[in-house]
Amino acid sequence: MVSQMPAQPSTGDPLITARGLVKRFGDFTAVDGIDVDVHRGEAFGFLGPNGAGKSSTMRMVGAVSPVTEGTLRILGMDPAVEGPAIRARLGVCPQEDTLDVELTVRENLLVYGRYFGLAKDVIAERTQALLEFVQLAERAESKVEPLSGGMKRRLTIARSLINQPDILLLDEPTTGLDPQARHVVWDRLFRLKQQGVTLVLTTHYMDEAEQLCDRLVVMDAGKIAAEGSPLELIREWSTREVVELRFPVDETEDAGAKIEALAASEASLAQLVARVEILPDRVLLYAESGDDASAEIHRLGVTALSVLVRRSTLEDVFLRLTGRTLVD
Amino acid sequence: MALLDTARPPAVPGRPPTSELVLRAFAFWITQYRRTWRGTAISTVLEPVGFLAAMGVGLGALVNQHHGTSSVAGAGYLEFIAPGLLAASAMQAASFESTYPVMGAIKWNKQYHAMLATPLRVVDALAGHLLFVLMRLTITCLVFLGVMLAFGAVESPWAFAALPVAVLTGMAYATPIFAFAATRENDSGFAMLFRFGIVPMFLFSGTFFPVSQLPGWMQPIAWAVPLWHGVDLCRDLVFGTATWGPALVHVGYLALWVAVSFVVALRMFSKRLVS
Ligand SMILES: Nc1ncnc2c1ncn2[C@@H]1O[C@H](COP(=O)(O)OP(=O)(O)O)[C@@H](O)[C@H]1O
Ligand SMILES: [Mg+2]
Repeated sequence: MVSQMPAQPSTGDPLITARGLVKRFGDFTAVDGIDVDVHRGEAFGFLGPNGAGKSSTMRMVGAVSPVTEGTLRILGMDPAVEGPAIRARLGVCPQEDTLDVELTVRENLLVYGRYFGLAKDVIAERTQALLEFVQLAERAESKVEPLSGGMKRRLTIARSLINQPDILLLDEPTTGLDPQARHVVWDRLFRLKQQGVTLVLTTHYMDEAEQLCDRLVVMDAGKIAAEGSPLELIREWSTREVVELRFPVDETEDAGAKIEALAASEASLAQLVARVEILPDRVLLYAESGDDASAEIHRLGVTALSVLVRRSTLEDVFLRLTGRTLVD
Repeated sequence: MALLDTARPPAVPGRPPTSELVLRAFAFWITQYRRTWRGTAISTVLEPVGFLAAMGVGLGALVNQHHGTSSVAGAGYLEFIAPGLLAASAMQAASFESTYPVMGAIKWNKQYHAMLATPLRVVDALAGHLLFVLMRLTITCLVFLGVMLAFGAVESPWAFAALPVAVLTGMAYATPIFAFAATRENDSGFAMLFRFGIVPMFLFSGTFFPVSQLPGWMQPIAWAVPLWHGVDLCRDLVFGTATWGPALVHVGYLALWVAVSFVVALRMFSKRLVS
C-alpha cells in the first residue's frame, strides 16, 4: 500500500527559513532569536528539555502563533500574511491531542479533511489508506475516546496526512507513550521519511532524535546551542565513548572530586580522559577508549560499585552544551 | 496508494473566500449534530408543549378567570404569553448552545484548535459555530411556532415573521455569550450567568406580564434588555398589530447587539486561541 520512494535530496530553496526568530509572552522570551533552515525531504529535529521553546517554535512554524520578531518563511510565504495558504500545505500533530473524542475514528478524518475543502470521496479514499498505514483500519467505526494513547497519536498522524502535506510537523510525537507504542510510532514515521515526507519534529528523547532526524538543533532556554546531524554533533561535542561510574549514594560527590583531581595531576589519566562530569548519581568520564580510561582509573586506586562503558549519545552532547541533563 | 502526492504543484498564496471557510467550520458542527440531534429532538418539542400547557392553559385559566379573557393587552393569557415564550425560549436555547459547547471546543475537545491548524482562521471558527447556533435556533423556533399553531395561539399570518425575529433575539444572546465563554477558565461562571442573567431576564422582560407593570425605575432596564425587544415584536407580529417604526427599532437594536458582540467575541476568541 505504501509505495517506496527514495528520500529526495535536499535541493532547492528551503521549505522553512527562520532568521532571528523570537517569541515573547509578555516579558518572557520563549524563543530567543533562532536561525533555522529545513529542506525538502529532510527529517529535522528540535531536541531540548521541557520549556526550551520547542512548542512555541512549532506553533509559529505552523502559522498559528504570531511571530514576535525576526523573519519566518514557510513554503516561501510569510505566515503573518498567508496563514491559510501555508496551513493548507502543512500536516500538524500538536503536542496535545486535538482529536474529537466523541466522534469516530473515521469521522475525525472526515471532519478534518473538510477543513481543507477536500471532497467527501477523496477523503473516504485517503481515510482508508491512512488508517491502514497507521494500523487503525479495524477501529475505523469506533469512537476515539476509548482508544489508547498510542492509537490516538497514530490517528493524529493519519489525520495530519489527510491533505497530503508538504511538511509534517510533529510536536513530541511519542511523549507519554509506553515503549512499545513509541516503537510503533517511530516505525510509521520512519516509513514516511522513506517516502520523502519532510518531517519537522521536537523531542526531549535523545534516542528519538538519533533514530529519526537527519539533522537537528539542540535547543535550550529559547536558544539554539548547536546544530548538525546526530553523528556530527556527537563527534563535535563529545568523545567516542563514555565511562559511567557509580558509587554508594553519599560518596558520589567525593569520588567525583577525587577523579577530577587525578585527571588534573596524573598525565597518564589526562591523556585518556577528555572530560569528567559529576552527576548526582554517577560520574562520567569522556574518553576515546572507555576501556583504557576505566583501566587507568582503577590502576590509580578508584574503585567504583559499577563501571559501564558505552558510546556517546546526544544526551552527552546536551550535557556538554548546557551542563544539564535532558530529562530530569 | 501513496500517502503523498509528489507531483503536486507548489503552494501558492491566497485562500478561499471567507464564506467558504465559514461553511467548512459549520460543516463540522452539522456532523456532530447528526450524532446528537435525537437526544435533543424530544425536548425541543416537549418544552414548548409543556410551557404553553402549564403557563398558557393552566395558569392562563386562573388569570382569565380573575380578569376576564382579555386580561392582558386585550388577549387571552395563552395568546399573550405564547409569542413572548417563543422569544424567551430562543434566548434560553441560545445560552445553552453558547456556553458549554464553546468551552468544550476551547478546552475539552479542542475542536477550535484543530480548525486553526488548517486553513481556517479564528473568524471562520467563530462564524461557523455561530451559524450553527443560528440553524439550531431556527429549528427550535420553528417547532415552537408549530406548537403555538396547534394550541391555537396564532392570530395572524404575520406570525411567521416572528420566526426570524425570535432567532435574531437568540443570536443577540448567543454572540455575547460566545465572547463571555471564551474568557472563562472553567464552567462555574455559566451557572452564575443563568442564575443572575438569563433567569431574571426570562421573568421580567415582558414575557409573562407587560413591563408597564414593573416599578417605574425598572422599566428602562427592561427596555435595554434584548429579550424585551424580541418579546414585544414577536407579540405584535403574532397578534398582527406590528407597525414598521417600532418593528425597525426592535430589529435594529437586536442587530446592533449581534454586530457589536461579534466584534468583541472575535477579540476574545483571538486572545484565547492564538498566543
Ligand atoms: N501561551 C503562553 N503564555 C505564556 N508563556 C508560555 C506560553 N506558551 C509557552 N510559554 C512558556 O514558554 C516557555 C517555552 O514553552 P514551550 O515552547 O512550550 O517549550 P517546550 O515545548 O520546549 O517544552 C515555557 O517556559 C512556557 O511556560
Ligand atoms: Mg512542548
